[in-house]
Amino acid sequence: MGEKMDAQLKVEDLHVGFKQKKSSVNILNGVSFQVYKGETLCIVGESGCGKSLTSLSIMGLLPKQGEVQGGKIEFEGENLVQKNMKQMSRLRGNDLSMIFQEPMTSLNPVHTVGKQVAEVVRTHRQVGKKEAYSRALEMFELVGIPSPAERLHNYPHELSGGMRQRVMIAMALACNPKLLIADEPTTALDVTIQAQILELLNDIKAERQMSIMMITHDLGVVSEVADRVLVMYAGEVIECANNRQLFNNPQHPYTQGLIASIPKLKEEKDELPIIEGSVPSPEKMPKGCRFSTRCPFAKQECLTDSPPLQEAEEHTVRCWMHTDRWEEMTPWKGVDEDGREATEQDLIRS
Amino acid sequence: MISFLLRRTGLMIVILFLVSVIVFALVNVLPGDPALLILGQEATDESLRALRAEMGLDQPLVVQYFVWVGDLLQGDFGQSFRNNTEVSSLLIQKIPVTLQLTVMSFAVAILIAIPAGIISATRKGTLWDSSATVFALSGVSLPPFWLGILLIFIFAVTLGWFPPSGYVSLTENVGLSLWYMLLPAVALGVRLSAELTRMLRSSLLEVLESDFIRTGYAKGLLEKSVVFGHALRNSIIPVITVSGLQFATFLGGTVITEEIFNIPGLGQLLVQSILTRDFPVVQGAVMFMAFAVIFINFTIDIVYSILDPRIKLTGGSN
Amino acid sequence: MAQVEETHLPKEKIENPRVRMWKMMFGRLFQNKLAVFGGVVTFGLIFTAIFAAWLAPHDPTEQNYSAVLQGPSLEYWFGTDNLGRDLFSRVIYGAQVSLQAGLISVGIALAIGVPIGLISGYYRGFLDEYIIMRLTDAMLSIPALVLALALAAVLGAGLTNAMIAIGLVLTPNFIRLIRGEVLAHREKEYVEAGKASGISDFKLIIKHILPNTMAPIMVQATLAIAAAIIVEASLSYLGLGTQPPDPSWGSMLANGQGYLDSAPWIALFPGFFIFLTVISINLFGDGIRDMLDPKMK
Repeated sequence: MGEKMDAQLKVEDLHVGFKQKKSSVNILNGVSFQVYKGETLCIVGESGCGKSLTSLSIMGLLPKQGEVQGGKIEFEGENLVQKNMKQMSRLRGNDLSMIFQEPMTSLNPVHTVGKQVAEVVRTHRQVGKKEAYSRALEMFELVGIPSPAERLHNYPHELSGGMRQRVMIAMALACNPKLLIADEPTTALDVTIQAQILELLNDIKAERQMSIMMITHDLGVVSEVADRVLVMYAGEVIECANNRQLFNNPQHPYTQGLIASIPKLKEEKDELPIIEGSVPSPEKMPKGCRFSTRCPFAKQECLTDSPPLQEAEEHTVRCWMHTDRWEEMTPWKGVDEDGREATEQDLIRS
Repeated sequence: MISFLLRRTGLMIVILFLVSVIVFALVNVLPGDPALLILGQEATDESLRALRAEMGLDQPLVVQYFVWVGDLLQGDFGQSFRNNTEVSSLLIQKIPVTLQLTVMSFAVAILIAIPAGIISATRKGTLWDSSATVFALSGVSLPPFWLGILLIFIFAVTLGWFPPSGYVSLTENVGLSLWYMLLPAVALGVRLSAELTRMLRSSLLEVLESDFIRTGYAKGLLEKSVVFGHALRNSIIPVITVSGLQFATFLGGTVITEEIFNIPGLGQLLVQSILTRDFPVVQGAVMFMAFAVIFINFTIDIVYSILDPRIKLTGGSN
Repeated sequence: MAQVEETHLPKEKIENPRVRMWKMMFGRLFQNKLAVFGGVVTFGLIFTAIFAAWLAPHDPTEQNYSAVLQGPSLEYWFGTDNLGRDLFSRVIYGAQVSLQAGLISVGIALAIGVPIGLISGYYRGFLDEYIIMRLTDAMLSIPALVLALALAAVLGAGLTNAMIAIGLVLTPNFIRLIRGEVLAHREKEYVEAGKASGISDFKLIIKHILPNTMAPIMVQATLAIAAAIIVEASLSYLGLGTQPPDPSWGSMLANGQGYLDSAPWIALFPGFFIFLTVISINLFGDGIRDMLDPKMK
């Protein structure tokens, strides 16, 4: 489907890192992907893989020490990386919206929720107070807040977590955004509320032809809402495919591991398979494939050579296993070419 | 809300009662015989005894206390020993002077603290921040009497821009009155402003880390709107509470500031009456100051609940 | 049975964890340049006060009518006052007065406040809630300087009485602080365990609760010394503290105010030293607070 559709958002070779006292640490290493108009793209990965950093880069909301070190973020044909604070703020909350993981703390406790939703409208539209409030009311109805007119005058602490997330969604949708970024929107909520919120997002997307980029670590959520799925590991994109493809035919060992670790009702296993080890820290990143330290299939070269991103039939994957070179590669011996045992130092990029 | 007000008022009355006990006890163990003070050394024993009886000084202390409190409740603060004027009329005459000093000092404190606190928190780590921190650190260590003398030396004696001391009432000449009161207000206000700057900075830094601040930016607000519309109100709540606790110290500062700049306010009246053992005036002035402190803190509790909707005013325990 | 092998103790002695904790905390204190500055100046002033008799070039009360209102010179480093007294010597002796006032009045406040706070917080009940706490409320609602003034007037002018007055005025702050700390500690397991094993209340309070409240008491006491020095100087400025001819920075300031146009140094030097002392103690106190608990900033 992809080629026929226009990209709403195009991220190209994005490098993001953190400035430190003298040097800087790289976190996102050449991330590229697209979000097409009207689709839901889910970005999956463990915590620390850079998925939140990706969304904050797009919004221009990186923390103070964070910096975009290279690459492009194209939205509506314009490169967001080059925009200044003022130009970005014209987009944020308007064409480009975001909802966050923590509905409990993401609303200002000292203002009514109605005021906070109306504020977005007044920021981006030339409307009076009254109109802004009636727009807020409209949004409250849209996101399914019961007795919306009364809720307008409530303070955040008077609402439940699910209601607050609905308020956040109302706020994000108030100016008809073209792209909604949802960073773990349901993680902090009860399971039943989770389902309601996801359904709401699905309905709204269908109704408004809006694109959604959803960040999550929950594969259950992914299978429910995603059109396409992007898997990230240690600051890199390692696999990207449409929903069914990814779940039925995962190509990357990491994705396979992720999917295998989902509990299934039918099978009764004593133990769920897990991926051994943990994500390497940015200072100790392996020279070659970033997953090589945990990969059960790793060969000798995996540790030293970075695999390219292979694109095939709308299913891209970054793994030597899916290249022609795989057959020629030396099986893992735990030793290097000279027969010397590879030390940790050799494996870490300088 | 009503039960909160009742409870808080009850507490206020209890504290005022205890203050009155302390004030009464203090003054009545002061050495010196008021009758002797009034009539002078040459008075006869008989006339002294007659005056003591007239003033109720021959009664037991407990009786004297209740007579005094009973009069207080009717607005009768007694009479000054020195010039036979009503203490209440003395107070009424002096309070506006001290009030003017207090309000102007507060204005100075806030005019410095709010911008300084905001700039140093939003520009953390810059030269602005360091300057504000140095100001806050040195400001809290500047006693008003030393700063007052320094200001007199620089701006009155050396530069001649301001009068070194004195007072002109607002009703007489507004401009002149403000001009005379400016140095004292700065002398008294700087310490409070340093304290407030320090608190506002740390409180604002904490609030700026909140998730709802990120939401503000995600909405498309500019830094100005985020800071003023969202961060400031949240961060000012703890600052206001603490400034209420600081109010007593602040009021103490008016006493010495009025002495330095020779301002005929409540503080100067108090010092003079302590030095001349004019008991009724001392009692009246201290009672009034304590009442002001208690009342300000009561008001702040209410303002607090208005600023922070999460606080529910209930009659329950604190 | 085989011989038990010697355990793998490292060659150097294992450091006592308590020693290590203190090392770490002092490391933190020394990293804080402002606190180091404050500490150095504070100890310098204490040194000056102790050795005032050796350091002062002149007798601080000696009047020299042939050298009245002289500006700073080699002979008189800080100049002379209206009675021809050497200001440098008076400032040095003034340090004695100020630090003495600060330390003794805080000592008085601690001596009264700590036991009351401990008992009030440990036993709670009517006495705590309705008498002690409300009395501290009442005392705290009278401005400290005003209360100190009134107390100093009752007791009579003079440094000793001023110190007693300041001590009494500072007491309610300590009562509240210690009571709060005790309240926080008395629910903790170690206190419960102590009670269950039959340790007497007295022993529990002195040996277990008090040591745990030392850190905030130390911080508060340091900062209170600075406050006490300001109040003493204020009382002396108003004529109710140190009496002439004894040198006190406050009374020197009051005296110097009359000569701001002709001999400003009379007021400026003692004033500067009040500021220096107070800011140093404050910086040092802040440093100790951060040292004990970096989160408290």
